[in-house]
This record gives sequence, structure tokens and C-alpha cells, in this order.
Amino acid sequence: MKPEGKKRIWSDYQKEMADDKFFYVRSCIRQSFFPGSEQFFLNLMRNILGKDVYENPAHTTCTGIGYHSDIVLPATIMTVIARHFALMKEAGYKNIVISCVTSFGLYTEILETWKHFPGELEKTREYLWKATGREFDIPETVAHTSDIVYKFRDPIAEKAKVSLVDSNSGKPLNVVEHIGCHYAKMFPKSGIGGAEFPRVLSGMIEAWGGNVVDYPERRHCCGFGFRQYLVQANRGYSVSNTEKKFSSMKPYKPDFVLTNCPGCNMFMDKWQYTIKELEGISYGENGESIPILTYEELAGLVLGMNPWDLGLQYHMVQPEPLLRKLGIDFDPADKFRTKDGRQMPVPENLINA
Amino acid sequence: MIMAGSVIVIGAGSAGMEVSGVLARSGVSVTLIEKTANTGGHVKNWHHLFPDHRDGADVVSYMGVRAGHKLVNILTGTEIRELSRKGGKFHATTEGGSELTGDAVVVATGFDLFDCSRKEEYGYGIYDNVHTSAELEEMFRAGRLTTASGKEPEKIGFVHCVGSRDEKVGNLYCSKLCCVTAVKQAIEVRKKLPRSKVFCFYMDMRMGGASYEELYREAQEEWGISFIRGKVSEAGEMIDHRIQVKVEDTLVGRPLKLELDMLFLMAGMEMSEAGARISRIAGLKTGENRFLLASDNHYGSNRGNVEGIFYAGSCTAPMNITETISHARAAATEVIDYLNGINLK
Repeated sequence: MKPEGKKRIWSDYQKEMADDKFFYVRSCIRQSFFPGSEQFFLNLMRNILGKDVYENPAHTTCTGIGYHSDIVLPATIMTVIARHFALMKEAGYKNIVISCVTSFGLYTEILETWKHFPGELEKTREYLWKATGREFDIPETVAHTSDIVYKFRDPIAEKAKVSLVDSNSGKPLNVVEHIGCHYAKMFPKSGIGGAEFPRVLSGMIEAWGGNVVDYPERRHCCGFGFRQYLVQANRGYSVSNTEKKFSSMKPYKPDFVLTNCPGCNMFMDKWQYTIKELEGISYGENGESIPILTYEELAGLVLGMNPWDLGLQYHMVQPEPLLRKLGIDFDPADKFRTKDGRQMPVPENLINA
Repeated sequence: MIMAGSVIVIGAGSAGMEVSGVLARSGVSVTLIEKTANTGGHVKNWHHLFPDHRDGADVVSYMGVRAGHKLVNILTGTEIRELSRKGGKFHATTEGGSELTGDAVVVATGFDLFDCSRKEEYGYGIYDNVHTSAELEEMFRAGRLTTASGKEPEKIGFVHCVGSRDEKVGNLYCSKLCCVTAVKQAIEVRKKLPRSKVFCFYMDMRMGGASYEELYREAQEEWGISFIRGKVSEAGEMIDHRIQVKVEDTLVGRPLKLELDMLFLMAGMEMSEAGARISRIAGLKTGENRFLLASDNHYGSNRGNVEGIFYAGSCTAPMNITETISHARAAATEVIDYLNGINLK
């Protein structure tokens, strides 16, 4: 592997991103499955980096899952997204930052569609006006939240309390990065590093002391793929795709996987449990499974946040072996305790617990 | 007819050398300009040539003899900065500031090989065991065909059409020579490494030249080379540095995953940077494929839109050596007619 070859490709995929004043749109599923991630992003941006991030409670789903399931029409989704742009305009912001990769793909696709088919843009303006009496502007910059964390990876590294290094051996951790298909595969120019050798997560891993693992199936779908999962009869296909990825990365002994997509994070996490139950196979060392982290969770760990405040206990694959390897102190008793000290029910069959 | 006159020929590959030699033997003074340090163009980098596996050095030596005439003044390491026409004469200024004049100009700037790193999915320039067809020729010449770790490869793949017939990279045209080059190189690999297995991944086999189809048949019947009709979708490096490729075998309608020791990319031909520069300087029209645009598709392939400037070889379209030499000779006759005041447009 020649790293200079990757650097040459990365230089072709630079992206203009704002430095401050962001209008933030959340994901539908991230708040349920990784509740600490979006909360920590806001904490990171506002309180640690001192940035202005605005979110409007009137913001809705982008309807992406419905769109990819053929139950929401293009004209509808364009109007829904135009409404978000209208909320942004009303609040006086011009830089949109999007938490979900499916949404990011759709925003990018719609903006590209409007560029090539201005008539669609005009129709959308008309639909939005008739439905809500609102007007909108095209955003000046469009970023995924992972783009923004990548942009500030060095200031985060300067404040780091934890490095991605095995505290016993002193060696960098081996980290697999997995990019959501809708982040850069549809429009490579919209993602940092392009589609084949994306830089957005590998840049964070390296800046924070880890070693990026490049394995043959790194571009392969996580297994979600919408129809592979949403159509119940296809779910075996979904699991088999996930199995293909993990089998390919296993020889590299990854310490954890970093993702930037809600679907990828969820399926790479939960299908490990399924495969273990179905086949008795685990992909980590010593019979353990491989923790799957979001970039916000990783940034939080690096900055010394309490892992339970970051929501790591809500993953199927539990983080304790990784936390010990990183030398992070944690209190097992606090894991499923609310902030006011009440004990929550403890889930059964968690992996690595 | 022995005649006087002077011509500036830009590019000393097979086309430039052939046209220079023919013009010189007709009494025309030629200034042959080459931007690199050596004459011989791409041919000098090729070990053996299709369809008969002859040594590329034979053709280089032939070109040297053809252009080795007292009326041919060869300037290597020279590039044209400006080119204009005043009072019926062409005036060229080199990057070094020298002034050259000629009654006519022949552009013979050839082609550049497609930069395979633009097809990012194949990992050229990143994976240790992915190389171009040109690099394989260097390996043949050096007599050393091994993986990056020095092992003899057992399974080898060839990807056809890298940078050709590919809308994504902006090249809709066929480079014409890559298919037969892959067949030739695959046979040579099998000759050198009798235990090896060789796979060629192709879209269509375009074997239109003399003896090409016969070579393709030989590759299958005598050398057991597997031709798989399908485009490689991606390549990935494995932990032992072998290359995993994914391809659909479209004839059986099934996806394949193969693990190869080495992967060779059949780089297509593109308009050369030098040619593009001359086209800008001299106002020469180019086609959608970016090669120089002929004044007529059937009888004007040596002429463009500027009177007195002629084209020779693959600056106009992908060509093999045989076609390039014939095209160069045709360019010389066009120049001679022009210098004699004959205009048969």
C-alpha cells in the first residue's frame, strides 16, 4: 500500500465548508439508536469549539426512508427539503449541516437535480408557497456532520485526553472506517476524499492517533441497503452482506469500526449479534465482537467524556474491552443509571458486556 | 521531383521520424523537434510488439535510419512556445527562446497513455501489485516479472478498456490497441511463467487488425488464457498484498470474485498534452475526443483547419505503428504537394 497515492486522490476531493454559523438538521433514527451522538455534536460545537449551531424544533424527517421505499414521490421530498431550507432562511443561516447520511445524499441529489432541471426548482418553490406560504434560498454550503468533525479534527486532537493507542502495548489501535454509501458514492465530489478512498473518517482516526485498516471489502455495503432490510424476505441478503464485510476485515484484527451513517452503524452493530446467534461466529479477538462507533462518540471518548454520557451502552456490541484497551476509566454501576440516580432495566444478551 | 523548402515537424516518435525522413529524401529541410531527451516516442518503451512479438528495438532502429538524413536537424529537449504565420512562413519560438522558420508545419505529437490513477477503483498508484500495460513492458525488458515482494505470480489479471469507452472519464472512444496488447502480453506472461493462470476482463474483443484475431485464438487454444466478458468493478488489496477483484461474467450472468497476484491495467490512448498545447497555440480545432480534428473524415486526415499545418499519426486518433507510419507517409505527400503549390482540397 502506497499512502502517497491516496494523498494524491484526496487532493482532488477538497470541499468548501463553513467555519461557523450552522443550521443543524437531525436524523430520524440516530436519536433512537445512538442517543448520545447528536447530543454530543451540539455540545462539542457549542461548548467545546464555541460555534454557533442552530436547530429549529419545527424541522421534520426528510422522508428519505419513504423515498427509498417508493412510497414518497420526488416532488414531495423536494418540497419537504425546501421547507427545511425555508426554516434556515427564516433563522438567518446559510450553512446547512446534516446529521444523517441518507438525508445528506438526498439534499445533495435534490440540489444537483435543481441545478440540471431548473424547472423542478421552480415547481418546488410553487408547491412550498402554496402549502406553507414559505420561501427558501439554496444553502451556501452543505455539509454532513462528519465533514464538520473532520474539519475540526486537529482542534479536537489539541484538546484530546485520550489517544487511539493501546494503553498496554503503546501501539496505535487498528481502526476500520466505513462510509455510508449515500455520503460519497452518489456524488464523489460531495464527500471528503471521494468514493474510493474516502478521507472523512480516516482523517479523524489518524489525527487522533489510530491506524486505519484498509481491507478488501471496505467499499461493500454494510448490509442495510434499504430494500435488503425493509423487505422482510430480503433480510437474509442483508445479513450476508454484513457477514462478507466482517469476514474480510477480521484478519486485520480491528479494535473498532468507525462509521458516519446511521444505517451502517446500526446494522454493523446489530447483525454481529444475529450472526453470532445464527452461526456462532464473532469477528473480534478472544471471541469478542467488534464495537461500532459513531464519529461523535469517538470524538467524545478522545475528549475524555464519560462513555455512558455518550450512549455507548445503547449499542448491541458493548464497549468495555475497547475502553480498557484505551485506558479509559468507567463505572460499570453507572451504565444503566439515569442522571438522577434511578436504575434503568438492563438489556439482556448484550455482546462484549 | 527534388525540391527546396523547409518544414518544422513537432514530435519525434514514429510519425515524426517517418515524415521527416520522407520529406528529407525529397530535398526538404526538416527541423524535427522533440520535447523529451530522446527520439522514438512510445515505441522505445515497448519490449515486444503485436502481432508477431518482434522486438520493439527493431522499429526504433528502423526509425533512426529513416530519419537519419543530413537534411533532418533533430532538436531534442525542445518545446514550442509560440507558433505563428507571417508572410507565408511559419515562425516558431522555442521555450529556450530560439527562433525557427518553416514553409509548413507537421504536428506529430502522438498520444499520452491514460493516467490509470484516474480510475480510482483499480487502486493504481496505491496497491503494490497493480500496474499498467506500459509497466509490464518494462518488466519484460528487465526480465523480471515478480510481485512487489519478489514472488513469482501465479494468477494474473488484465483489465481492458482502462480509460477507453468510458463516459465517466470523458473518453467515449475506443483506443483500438489495448485488446490486442492484452492478448500479446497475456501470451508473453504465459510463455515466461508456464505455471501461471491468466485472466483477461474485457467488454468486447476488438481484434480488427491484420493477424489480431489469429493471435486471440492462439491465446485461448495454445496458452489457455481465460477471457471473461465483464468490467472489473473494483479492486482491493488483501492482507498478503494480493489483489481481490470483483467482476461480473456477463456471458454466464454471475458475479465473480477473484484473488490475483498481479493486476495489469490496459491504459488507453489520449490526446497528448503536447498536442493539446500546440492546438491552443496554433488555433487547431479538436474533436469531441480531444484529438486534432481532420478537415475531412475520408480524405483530409492529414489536414486540419489551418493551411500549411499538417497532421501525422496518433495526434488525430488512436493508431497502431503500422497505421502511424502509413499516415506519416501520407502527411509527407500532402506537404510536398503544398510546397509545390498544388492544392487538391
